[in-house]
Amino acid sequence: MVDIQTIRDDGYTVLKIQGEVDASSSIQLDEALAELIAAQPPAILVDCTGLQYISSAGLGVFMSYIEELDSKQIKMVLFGLSDKVRHVFDILGLDQLLQLVDSQEEAKALLT
Amino acid sequence: MKTRISVPCLKTNLQRIRQFIVKTLRTQQLPELDIHAMVLAVDEVCANLMIHANKCSPRHSIEVNIDLSDSQKVVFDIIDHSQGFDIRQHPDPDLQEIIKNRRKGGLGLMLVKRIMDDIDFEVKDNQAIVRLAKHLPGR
Repeated sequence: MVDIQTIRDDGYTVLKIQGEVDASSSIQLDEALAELIAAQPPAILVDCTGLQYISSAGLGVFMSYIEELDSKQIKMVLFGLSDKVRHVFDILGLDQLLQLVDSQEEAKALLT
Repeated sequence: MKTRISVPCLKTNLQRIRQFIVKTLRTQQLPELDIHAMVLAVDEVCANLMIHANKCSPRHSIEVNIDLSDSQKVVFDIIDHSQGFDIRQHPDPDLQEIIKNRRKGGLGLMLVKRIMDDIDFEVKDNQAIVRLAKHLPGR
């Protein structure tokens, strides 16, 4: 239901999510993010262009790492959210707590 | 029009419920963003009931009824045979607290309350019924 790939680039790592993240599949996002953070990349760009659906289980995964990312000084930016997915973040005001931008270029620009 | 789906309480069945709701609501020419929000709210209640009230047991089932007979609103009845829970009694979590404690849960019911206009709960005839309604102004 969800496919998650990790793509390492110069200065950052892209976490590419494709499919639906719900109560059933959020564990995969959790494991992928935990593994990635453990490797301590300078920054994580989360590619949401293929993310078709996210429920609170998926939102909770992102929220639960905010503190750890802060303490390890790893910047995380989410990009490419569809209107429907973006709406879910906005309903709870999570756009104030997570960095959400339109494109990978914008996300990269925030790292410099 | 009234329509229903019943599935065993397995989280992998949440996708089936979502597909059923999308298919039903797309017959009503509603904005996709509204359909998506309603799907999300029902998904959250179903996930909660499956996990907490039914311990993800496939021997238990959960039912979603959609009532479209009133053109001014969509009414969802989510029915299981647990004690259920009254969403209205559940206080909204503090987002900063969730971040600080690195919690992964607690956001679902907040979404339901922000998306739906009416939320009711009753236990009757050995069934727990969560009723969610979304008003459709201007129709």
